[in-house]
Amino acid sequence: MKPIYLDNAATTAVDPAIIEAMARCMVETYGNPSSAHHMGIEAERLGEQARTDMAGLLGCKPDRIVFTSGGTEANNLAIRGVLSGLIDKGDTGHIITTVIEHASVGRVCDWLETKGFAVTRLRVDKRGIIDIEDVQNALRPDTRLISVMHINNETGSIQPVAEIGAVLKNVPGRPLLHVDGVQSFGKYPFAPAKWGVDLASVSAHKIHGPKGVGALYVGKGLRISPQSLGGGHEGGLRSGTSNVPGIVGLGMAAEQMAAHPVAEHTMELKKRFVACVRDTIPDFHINGPGVEDGAAHILNIGFKSVKGEVLANMLSQQGVYVSTGSACSQRQKPHASHVLTAIGVPRDYIDGSLRVSFSRYNTLDEIVESAEILKYCVNKARMFVRR
Amino acid sequence: MDTVILLRYGEIHLKGLNRPFFEGRLVDNIKAALADIGQVTVIKGRGRFFVQCPTAQAEEAMERLSRVFGLISLSPASVCERDMAAIEKAAAELVGKRLARASARTFRLSCRRADKQFPMDSMEMNRHLGGVILDAYPDLSVDLTNADIDLHVEVREQVYLYTETIAGAGGMPVGSGGKAMLLLSGGIDSPVAGWMMAKRGLSIEGVHFHSFPYTSERARDKVYELCRRLTPWCGRIRLHVVPFTEIQESIYQQCPHEELVLIMRRFMMRIAQRAAEANGAGALITGESVGQVASQTLESITVTNEVALMPVFRPLIGLDKVEIMDIARRIDTYETSIQPYEDCCTIFTPKHPLTRPNLDRIVRSEERLDIEGLAGRAIEGIEVEEFSR
Repeated sequence: MKPIYLDNAATTAVDPAIIEAMARCMVETYGNPSSAHHMGIEAERLGEQARTDMAGLLGCKPDRIVFTSGGTEANNLAIRGVLSGLIDKGDTGHIITTVIEHASVGRVCDWLETKGFAVTRLRVDKRGIIDIEDVQNALRPDTRLISVMHINNETGSIQPVAEIGAVLKNVPGRPLLHVDGVQSFGKYPFAPAKWGVDLASVSAHKIHGPKGVGALYVGKGLRISPQSLGGGHEGGLRSGTSNVPGIVGLGMAAEQMAAHPVAEHTMELKKRFVACVRDTIPDFHINGPGVEDGAAHILNIGFKSVKGEVLANMLSQQGVYVSTGSACSQRQKPHASHVLTAIGVPRDYIDGSLRVSFSRYNTLDEIVESAEILKYCVNKARMFVRR
Repeated sequence: MDTVILLRYGEIHLKGLNRPFFEGRLVDNIKAALADIGQVTVIKGRGRFFVQCPTAQAEEAMERLSRVFGLISLSPASVCERDMAAIEKAAAELVGKRLARASARTFRLSCRRADKQFPMDSMEMNRHLGGVILDAYPDLSVDLTNADIDLHVEVREQVYLYTETIAGAGGMPVGSGGKAMLLLSGGIDSPVAGWMMAKRGLSIEGVHFHSFPYTSERARDKVYELCRRLTPWCGRIRLHVVPFTEIQESIYQQCPHEELVLIMRRFMMRIAQRAAEANGAGALITGESVGQVASQTLESITVTNEVALMPVFRPLIGLDKVEIMDIARRIDTYETSIQPYEDCCTIFTPKHPLTRPNLDRIVRSEERLDIEGLAGRAIEGIEVEEFSR
């Protein structure tokens, strides 16, 4: 039985061509890019080429790109990097974020709160989207930073990031804007410089690249303080020997995504999946944005009278891999996902919610087959409901 | 350079003709605990064991030995020949080392002449070595009742000197009392129950009921981890993982829901007992504690106990939850037990379980099921995992 992998918002299969390029890099170009000799320079060239490619895709100069170990580090570096200096000066202020952020933003904001920052966490509507007017109303003279994710990892809701950037343009003493673009980069237009975004985080493993590498876009003239000290790599912002093979993989993955847009394909898969469910399974609820309004690659769907965890286990037994909520939170104490709670998923559906997420490797046949298996599993699970 | 660790054992002293058996088992367990630690020799003395191991490994050895049941206390000792000059030198050195670790103002001597051939008796030695220490460390003074340093000197074939004694795990050597089958759920209680019975000398095998997809793969991994965490105390553990899904589904479909848990537990007891018989175990162990949950009332325990023919040990029966949690923390199973993976099994717990079940009614409900077939298939599907320290 060939597995059907529908957990692409958690991570994606690595493109074989990228594996090959990374392997070649490790075998042939293993020099330390900081070394002065030929081997080092060759490695540096590969890394800088990837930086240039990334800059092209993000619409900025190569020196605005800081490579990191992934989205989490990029988010931490962005937020702490611009604010931690203020803590030392005792000059804290106000930050705005949303209630549906990934933990790598949410927890950092919690931490900032303990350090004296006031934090406004914007609510979202049923579609999982913030109201641009709420952003305007939340602004204070001492607002330092706004951190908003572009595409939500659990529901696929898309935030009006460009609009926020436009609003901020006219604000005196303009606060900085950080965008977590981990779920959107490579799949949706993502142009931080053009949108008036100051800091943007991206990751390789969500776009068929390797785990353990990502990048932070840092707007021009912006000063951020490094969160790890050492040899002064990445313009002093992120010390540590460059992960050249990973960076090569990230650059290549980004190029591939740009060359072969995927949203149309994944939207077709998502619509077909929902159509199959609609035909065969009663009592379900699409959580978050409408099917065509949300990100093409993410579907969050709740089933009445089943537990999402049991359903995911049953599907796994049948070779279909999906998540309940977000993969990052599944190892912690089970609680209703903060995102699904925030968008007000009806009580009857929240426990039975699954996140199904698609990639360019999924086919329509897989979608039809997995929907068929899902029907079987939901029916079976519903026979054993707690009474 | 080697260090010698003096090991004292407890209850075994009370055994009569069986004593060599208990001592033999204890020595085997000590050797097993230290198997991969380097060159280790275990010497049986009278009423004492001595473990000789490389000094670099002494701390690790002490740590492991403190988890071997049957030992009541341990002391890392210096060893010298039965020569007064050598004893004096070793005594002064040991006190010096002790002072280097932490300051002290007073000391006392506790000399013991196990070999009465030695020319100086215990009292004379106390006085003599006391003088030596006072000369070497003039800042120290003698305090017989409340000394900071208690220097022990035991004269045997060789002379052992030590200032430190740490508590052992107590109890009886694992395996000296036979073998029992522990029903291991993954919660806080059952590992503690297994630990307590291992403490009384039973060797432990585990049986775990796995209800995939209602419980996750991680729930099973958690039970594996609990077994690993028990091995420093219990030695090798074989875990029998029973596929339990079909039984749970059948009960759910065919029996009254308020009886689900009780009928399920009766199946668990039957299967555990069959696994025990097949593996030479003579008793079952559960983590039940009276009144903790609906299935642990006196009436409920009566109902589940009814299917067991062999003794069922419930060492936690009279303990409060907080007392059980304290032990779990001490034996290092708590952090694993509180991982939350068990939860989806709750779909099989009714909203209103019976607390005062009637045995006849439960038995009648159960008769709707093919008990033999269900239990038989579950037993056939058992997978065994083995854990050793």
